[in-house]
Amino acid sequence: MFDLTNKRALVTGATGGIGEGIARALHAQGAVVTLSGTREAKLEELAASLGDRVFIQAANLSDRDSVDALVPAAEEKMGGLDILVNNAGITRDNIFMRMKDDEWDSVLEVNLSSTFRLCRAAIKGMMKRRSGRIIGITSVVGVTGNPGQVNYSAAKAGMIGMSKSLAREVASRNITVNTIAPGFIATAMTDELNDKQRESILTSVPAGRLGSVEDIAAAAVYLASDEGGYVTGQTLHVNGGMAMI
Amino acid sequence: MSNVAEQVKKIVVEHLGVEADKVTESASFIDDLGADSLDTVELVMAFEEAFGVEIPDDAAETIQTVGDAVSFIESKAN
Ligand SMILES: NC(=O)c1ccc[n+]([C@@H]2O[C@H](COP(=O)([O-])OP(=O)(O)OC[C@H]3O[C@@H](n4cnc5c(N)ncnc54)[C@H](OP(=O)(O)O)[C@@H]3O)[C@@H](O)[C@H]2O)c1
Repeated sequence: MFDLTNKRALVTGATGGIGEGIARALHAQGAVVTLSGTREAKLEELAASLGDRVFIQAANLSDRDSVDALVPAAEEKMGGLDILVNNAGITRDNIFMRMKDDEWDSVLEVNLSSTFRLCRAAIKGMMKRRSGRIIGITSVVGVTGNPGQVNYSAAKAGMIGMSKSLAREVASRNITVNTIAPGFIATAMTDELNDKQRESILTSVPAGRLGSVEDIAAAAVYLASDEGGYVTGQTLHVNGGMAMI
Repeated sequence: MSNVAEQVKKIVVEHLGVEADKVTESASFIDDLGADSLDTVELVMAFEEAFGVEIPDDAAETIQTVGDAVSFIESKAN
C-alpha cells in the first residue's frame, strides 16, 4: 500500500521542518522528489542525505518570475510532475489593528498566490496524463481563526477554498486536490518554547502532545497515493484533537 | 477537406468520443459535440501539440467550432 514508485513529486518549503518530513516520506515510498526552498546549501544537504531520485530547484515564492519557473524546471528534471506539495509558508503576526499592508501582502503572496500559480503551472501536465495529486499544507487556524494571525488565517482559509474549487474542476481527470491542516507540530520553531508555554499549548490538545512532522508526512503520503484517489476537495485535520471539524 | 481539417476532425473524434459525421465545420464543441469547458481546454492543448502551434488564451476563447479551429491553425501555418 501507498507505493509511490515512479511518481514524481515537487515539495516546496523542503528546507523547513514539515517540508523536509514530507519530502523524506514521499521519497521513502519510492517517489522521485524535487526539493525547493530559498536556501540552496540546505537543499543540497538534504538532497545528499536522501541519495538518489532527488533533484533540487531553488525558488523564491515571493517573486512571481521565480514561482512561474519552478514547475517547468521540476518537470524537466524529473520528466513530469505527478504530485505537487504546496508546503512553503510564512507568518507575519500582528494584532489586527496594527497589521501593516506589507505584512498582509507578503503572507498572502507567499502562502496563497504562489500556490495558485504553482497549481496552474502543474495542472496542464496532469490533465494530459489524466492523473495527478495536489496537496496544500494549510493550518488549523485557517478554519478556527487565531488572534494575531488575520493575514495567515486568511491565506490558509484561501488555500482551502481554492483547493475545493480546483478539485471540482479537475476531478473527472483523475486529479485530486486536498489540503492538510496541521495543529501544533514540533519543529525548530516550537523547540524554542519554554515549558510554561508548551504546557499552556498542550491544555488545548486532547492528545496531550505536539504533533510530529511524521504525523503530517503520513497524511501527505496517503493523499499522494493511488489508494487516496477517491479523496478530493478535503481538508485532512492532523491536530491531536485540538479542533474537531 | 484540407489536411489540417482532417487532422482536427480526427483529434476531435478521438477526444470527445463522437461520431465522425457529426464533426462538421460548423459544429460547436460545446453546443453540438457535448464538450464541457475543460474538454475545450484539452482540445486546444491537443491542437497545439499536433500542429506545433501556440494558441494563446485569448485566441483559444474564440475557437468555438471545428471550423474556427481549422482556420486558426491554417492562419498560423501560413
Ligand atoms: N509547524 C507548525 O506547527 C505548523 C502548523 C500549521 C501549519 N503549518 C504550515 O506548515 C508549512 C511548513 O511549516 P514549517 O513548520 O515546516 O515551517 P518552517 O520550518 O518555517 O519552513 C517554512 C518553509 O517555507 C519556505 N519559505 C518561506 N518563505 C519562502 C519564500 N519566499 N520562497 C520559498 N520558500 C519559502 C522556507 O524555505 P527557506 O527557509 O529555504 O526560505 C521553509 O522551507 C507552512 O505552510 C506552515 O504554515 C505549520
